[in-house]
Amino acid sequence: MKPQHAMLALQAVVSREIAKFVRQGGRLASALVRPLLWLVVFAAGFQNVFGVSIIPPYDSYIPYQEYIVPGLLGMVLLFNGMQSSLAMVYDREVGVMRLLLTAPLPRAWLLFAKLVAGTLLSVLQAYVFLACAALFDVDVPLSGWLYALPVVVLAGMMLGALGLLLSVQVRQLENFAGTMNFVIFPMFFISPALYPLWKLEESGAAAVHFLATWNPFTHAVEAIRFALYGQLAPQSLTIVAVCLVVFFMLALQGYDPQRGMMKRSGGAGGN
Amino acid sequence: MTDVECGPLRLKLEHVHKSYGTRPALCGVSLKLARGEFVALLGPNGAGKSTLFQLLTGLFNADAGRIEVCGHDIRSNPVAALAHLGVVFQQPTLDPDLSVAANLRFHARLHGLGRARAAARIATVLAGVGLTSRVGDPVRELSGGNRRKVELARALVHEPALLLMDEATVGLDPASRRQLLDEVLALRASGVGVLWATHLVDEAEEADRVIVLHQGRVLAHGTPRALTEAAGAATLADAFLAMTGGVYA
Repeated sequence: MKPQHAMLALQAVVSREIAKFVRQGGRLASALVRPLLWLVVFAAGFQNVFGVSIIPPYDSYIPYQEYIVPGLLGMVLLFNGMQSSLAMVYDREVGVMRLLLTAPLPRAWLLFAKLVAGTLLSVLQAYVFLACAALFDVDVPLSGWLYALPVVVLAGMMLGALGLLLSVQVRQLENFAGTMNFVIFPMFFISPALYPLWKLEESGAAAVHFLATWNPFTHAVEAIRFALYGQLAPQSLTIVAVCLVVFFMLALQGYDPQRGMMKRSGGAGGN
Repeated sequence: MTDVECGPLRLKLEHVHKSYGTRPALCGVSLKLARGEFVALLGPNGAGKSTLFQLLTGLFNADAGRIEVCGHDIRSNPVAALAHLGVVFQQPTLDPDLSVAANLRFHARLHGLGRARAAARIATVLAGVGLTSRVGDPVRELSGGNRRKVELARALVHEPALLLMDEATVGLDPASRRQLLDEVLALRASGVGVLWATHLVDEAEEADRVIVLHQGRVLAHGTPRALTEAAGAATLADAFLAMTGGVYA
């Protein structure tokens, strides 16, 4: 693989995804409405129900809105990761995927290019959400915007890789809504996105707490939360990085011509 | 340039087998395709043509046998093999919202063509199919026939040595079908080898050679005339009907 060829292909895939995103004008709006509703409506209603004690990385009592910002950033990344995989399933159904997979480049690179393109859109949306949150007077330190960038990129890639893996498993677009329900909602709710995990322990929901500690999304949210306040969460970062590698490798296996989706789907629309 | 890289043989299949579970899709298919040769792969629906094309394009691997594109094994060296391959898929694979030029540029970049070279090649291939004036139009505004021509042009952007056409005329009106066939037949002069899969006998009649595929096996191969004579039939269509037990409709 010549580096120049590899970069041209990466550029092609990324610019195609961006062009698609720009064309679908409503996509940014719908990506923002969801977390903003949580931030503005849900958080306002529940502000006094949840008492958030002082836990790291916070050094004082914080309003509930501020607590849920990292979780909502994670939500933006999670939804866009899934949306990218939905696009992969669509591309496979309409045949565009064949064009990509028959390009004279290693398949791993082509899928990596897809992942980079999806992550770029995820990160863009996450920062637009952060800017909107600032408009609603939710104070996240400005320096945190910068510290969080590499972590948001890493978390975005991990959730994008999960989406890639799901796109191997999901055969048809019709099945996708169900998958979303089985993946997005449990991942989001069984995590510290909306409440600190000690609350689960306190209320005796030991099983849920256990699941949450094993949820990769939990660690994505925690890594972002610490980074926003200029701190490192080494354990969470490691788990996110390991999950990224594992999900991507499994997805690659799924797209392998010997074992993968083309074979199991009986030829991907052929004959 | 491709001749030096490729030699005279563009495609070689040796005893290729493929099954889906217990159902065999291809059983011991062998064939060769030389420089500047137009070979029709003729078979009724379900004969295994699409399976064969999926193996040829590396979308999945054969269970047994060997496939070489310009001397490169598709399994052990897919990148080199795919670099010599141009494909028009049965399904449309253009992005309807992008312009003709943008669709071709996307493909050119995937094949590693720099900006200047891509622009020159895109101009050449679009002129070749008579669509220079539509270069800026969104694909959505093109007729079915013109979309197929754009797909042909796209498959030629990177100057492949071998062109695969997978039932490329499906859904086209007779005039567009004829035009597309003529354009591909004309490519022989430049040395491109063409494998044209079809279930339509009239398209196979103008091929240099015809390979009849039925139930995953090569039933016969030779010039259209030789096949007709061997079957003792008056036309290639009759010969094909006789060979495939009247499956052709």
